Amino acid sequence: MSGDYLIEAKGLFGGYGGADILRGVDIAIRRDQIGVIVGPNGAGKSTTLKALFGLLTVREGTVQLNGTDITNAPPEKLVPLGMAYVPQELNVFGTLTVEENLEMGAYVRRDDFRDSLDHIYTIFPPLADKKDQAAGELSGGQRQMVAMGRALMSEPSLILLDEPTAGLSPLYMDQIFDRVVAIRKNGVGVLMVEQNAKQALAFADVGFVLAQGDNRFTDTGAALIADPDVAKSFLGG
Amino acid sequence: MDELIFFINKVLINGTVIGSIYALGAVGVTLIFGILRFAHFAHGDLMTVGAMFALIVTALAASAGFTAPVPMGFIVMPVAMAATAVLAIGLDHVFYKPLRDKGTRPVVMVMASIGVTLMLQGVVRLFAGTQSRSFYIGEQKDIFRIAVPIGDARRTITITEPQILLIVFTAIVVVALHYFLTRTRRGKAMRAVSDNPDLARVSGIDTQMVVRTTWIIGGGLAAAAGTLLSLDVVLKPDLSFNLLLPIFAAAIVGGIGQPFGAIAGGFIVGFAETVSIFNWALLLRPFRDIWPEAIEFPTRIAFVPTEYKLAVPFFILIAVLIWRPTGIFKGRQF
Ligand SMILES: Nc1ncnc2c1ncn2[C@@H]1O[C@H](COP(=O)(O)OP(=O)(O)OP(=O)(O)O)[C@@H](O)[C@H]1O
Ligand SMILES: [Mg+2]
Repeated sequence: MSGDYLIEAKGLFGGYGGADILRGVDIAIRRDQIGVIVGPNGAGKSTTLKALFGLLTVREGTVQLNGTDITNAPPEKLVPLGMAYVPQELNVFGTLTVEENLEMGAYVRRDDFRDSLDHIYTIFPPLADKKDQAAGELSGGQRQMVAMGRALMSEPSLILLDEPTAGLSPLYMDQIFDRVVAIRKNGVGVLMVEQNAKQALAFADVGFVLAQGDNRFTDTGAALIADPDVAKSFLGG
Repeated sequence: MDELIFFINKVLINGTVIGSIYALGAVGVTLIFGILRFAHFAHGDLMTVGAMFALIVTALAASAGFTAPVPMGFIVMPVAMAATAVLAIGLDHVFYKPLRDKGTRPVVMVMASIGVTLMLQGVVRLFAGTQSRSFYIGEQKDIFRIAVPIGDARRTITITEPQILLIVFTAIVVVALHYFLTRTRRGKAMRAVSDNPDLARVSGIDTQMVVRTTWIIGGGLAAAAGTLLSLDVVLKPDLSFNLLLPIFAAAIVGGIGQPFGAIAGGFIVGFAETVSIFNWALLLRPFRDIWPEAIEFPTRIAFVPTEYKLAVPFFILIAVLIWRPTGIFKGRQF
C-alpha cells in the first residue's frame, strides 16, 4: 500500500532541540502529484519540509520515499535518491553565476548534464540571457527561478519548494505556479509550502492545512477551497 | 642612475618577492576562513613546518649525492607541499573537526588554532633547534646581476635564483587557482560552500571533500611559501611569527574569503613594507651639488625604520578594519 506513495510521512514529531515544533504531522503524495502545505505563520510548514529532507531530527514518526524508509537520512544521501529541496530563504549561491548555480544542482550527477541545462533554460527563459551573471544580482523572481532550476538539475523525482512565490509580484507568482504545474507534467512530484493559499490549492492534487505543528485538514485542493471551515480560518474568508 | 637601480632592487624586486610570499600565505588563510569560517592562526607555522620538511629532504638528497641545475630545495618542494597538506588535514581531523562537529563558535576555533601554533613551534624547535639553517648544502646560490647600459650606472639590478623561482611559481599559482576555482567542478563546489554552506549541503555537495581540498591548497601553498622564503634567506624557526601578521593583513585588505583579493593584498602589503623602509634620501643624491647650503643635506628619509617593519602591516590592518572592514574586494566582515 505505502509503495503507492512517492513520499509518505506519518506522525512526525520533532523540533530544533527545544520543545517539539511538529506534533503529529502526516504528509503523503503520490507520483506526479502536487501537494500544497498551507497554514498560518509559525505553523511548522518549513519545519515539516526540513524534517522530510533530513535537516531536522525526527524524534517520532517515519518518512518513506517510494516505500523506502528515509527517516533522518541526511540531505547528501537524499539528493542521490531523487529528492531536491529549495529553502525559503538564501536559496541561491549569490556570488556564483546563474549557470554555476545550476551546475551545483547537478553536483551529484557524474553524467553529461548539458541537456538538463538547456531544459532549464527552456522552462525559465529569462535565465538563458543571464547565465553568466552573478545570481545575487538578479531580481527576486529570477532568483527563485535559479533556485528551482538548481533543484531540478539533479533530476529529482520529488521536489520540495518552500514558499517559492514569497515576496514576488502577482505576475511572477503566476509564472512560478505555471512552472510548478509544468514540472509535475514532466513526471516530478512537487510538495510545496505556500502563503498564497487559495491560488496554490486551486491546482493542488492534495492540500495539507497545518496549524501549531499538526494537520488540521487534509483533502484534495478543490475540497479544501470549498470547505467553509477551511475558508473561514485559513484562507481569509 | 645608480640611485634608480638601487630603488629597483630595494623596492620593486624586494616588494615583489615579499609580496609573493604574503600572497601565497594569504590565499590559504582566506580560503580557510571562507570554508571553515575561522581565522587560522597556525598558518604561519604550516609555512615553517613545510620549509622544515623541504630542508630535511634536501639534506637527504645532498647526502645521497644528488645534484640538480636548480636549487635542491626547489626540486623537493612538491614533496614538502604534499607532506604539509597531509599534516594540515591531520591537524584538522584531530583538533578542528571535533570542535566543528560540536557546533563550536568560531572564536573557540581561533583559540584552538593558537594552541596548534604553540604546539607546532615546539615541535619545530625540538627537531630543528633554534638556530638559522641554510638550504644551500654544498650548492651555490646563483645571483644574477644585470648591468644597465644607461649613463654612468655602476650598480646592477640584482636578483637571486630563488627569487626568480618564487616569482614564477606565484604567477603559476595565480593562473592555476583561477582555472581551478572557475572551471572545475571541485573548485566551483568550493566557492559554493564558501558562499552558502547550508545550500551547498542541500545540493548534495560533499562538504568533507571541500574541506580536505581547502587544507590541501592552504597547506601546500604555505609549505611552498616557507620553502621559497627560506631558500632566499635562511630557515629560521621564528619565521612564522614574522609572517603571520602581514599575511592576515593581506587577507583582510583583499577582502576575507576572496582568493584573488588575498593575492592583491599580499602585494599591497609587501610593497607598502619596502616603500616604507626605503631610504628615500638616496634618490636626492644626484642633486647634492645644487643643494642649497642653508639646508642640511638629508642622509636618511624613511617612513619607518627597518627594525619597525612589522608596524607597517599592523597599521594597514587597523586602517582597513576601521575604514573598509570588507577589504578592497568586498569580502566578509571579520
Ligand atoms: N532554526 C530554528 N530554531 C529554533 N526554532 C525555530 C527554527 N526555525 C523555526 N523555528 C520555530 O519553529 C516554529 C515553526 O516555524 P516554521 O518556520 O516551520 O514556520 P512556518 O509555518 O514555515 O512559518 P512561515 O509562514 O513564517 O514561514 C516557529 O515557532 C519558529 O519560531
Ligand atoms: Mg516557513
